[in-house]
Amino acid sequence: MNPRRKKRLTIVSSIIIGLAVVAGFVLYALSQNIDLFYKPSEIYNGKEDTGIKAINGQRLRIGGLVVPGSVHRDPESLNVSFKLADMRMPISFSESDPMVTVTYEGILPDLFREGQGIVANGTLVHGNTIEASEVLAKHDENYMPKELADEKGEKHVKPDYSKAQLDPNN
Amino acid sequence: MMWKWLHPYANPEISYHFAGKILPWCTRLAVTFLSVGLVWALLFAPADYQQGDTFRIFYLHVPAAMLSMGIYLGMAIAALSSLVWQLKLADASAAAMAPIGATFTFIALVTGAAWGKPMWGTWWIWDARLTSELILLFLYLGVIALHNAFEDKSLAGKAAGILALVGVINLPIIKYSVEWWNTLHQGATVSKLGKPAMTADMFWPFLICFLGFAFLVTALICIRFRTEVLNRNSMRPWVRELVAKEENTHAV
Repeated sequence: MNPRRKKRLTIVSSIIIGLAVVAGFVLYALSQNIDLFYKPSEIYNGKEDTGIKAINGQRLRIGGLVVPGSVHRDPESLNVSFKLADMRMPISFSESDPMVTVTYEGILPDLFREGQGIVANGTLVHGNTIEASEVLAKHDENYMPKELADEKGEKHVKPDYSKAQLDPNN
Repeated sequence: MMWKWLHPYANPEISYHFAGKILPWCTRLAVTFLSVGLVWALLFAPADYQQGDTFRIFYLHVPAAMLSMGIYLGMAIAALSSLVWQLKLADASAAAMAPIGATFTFIALVTGAAWGKPMWGTWWIWDARLTSELILLFLYLGVIALHNAFEDKSLAGKAAGILALVGVINLPIIKYSVEWWNTLHQGATVSKLGKPAMTADMFWPFLICFLGFAFLVTALICIRFRTEVLNRNSMRPWVRELVAKEENTHAV
């Protein structure tokens, strides 16, 4: 390679490497802001890398798996409450897991069900309850045809609502 | 060794005709793969047990997203060879790729939003994956703008090339955003090491669709590249001859 090209290559590659290092540091420094949500265990113990705890009244997002059997829906209104536990692969739950309670009034997304990953946006109250203003379903990267899911015993039923629940005057 | 073999393609006339030769093949392959792949994916592939038919957006969204990053990488490699080896043709190919890449980034963002509304419950969320893909769109738009901002094409190529190279840092961020941070966007399904996280009868139509879109991209790049080369060499004798020949064949 002739010296001029070599010089240009060195300049270009050192600029790119330099910028990559800077971007790496910036992203590392901002990582807790880039994280979309708190995990339930982080509500109790603080963020994994910084140990910063959320305080009562703080607006935050919480992400976790809906604990089976914890979903309580009011038959008269759209109020719903459920518990969230940390996401873990393969999916499993135990009584001793740190859990937070989410209360929400509104229509749940189609993918909502027990054992599903969800992200809720709301305010922390009483240290371990979140009053959510928005509930989003988090899909995982696995796709499965219906027949195979039936064989594996994975059923999915969309949440449905009665007329009384959807009545806006309620 | 390799340089000697590549050297003739640094000549605009030879590259112009080479792109013209592979263009019909890419078009044929794109039409074949896309018609088979899309029909298979949209009509015959099994629906997902949770998402039902909405899952089929996957066959458009994932190839578009993968190609948006692939085209960017190609454009950055062209920009690097233009800056270091000062190949004028590399500038022409980078300028040819940018709008196609921007289009595919836009398709990935729009199809993702259309899927997100019914599945997640929202069109948009500022999580790491979505935000970094949006930044990719802005990088493409910046590169396109710089290519058109200067009267002098080699100056324009240099400015756009520097932006394209700096933007390369965004590619690993997009790819690994779902692993480095917790995001609403799910992890990789098909590009995961080992087995893809879907069954074979869902994966094959994806692969065919992906190849179809890849050939479509190659064909589009060939078309745009030929136009760029003609534009940049319009004063050269070979282009004048070409135009004269065209005029003779189409003259009434």
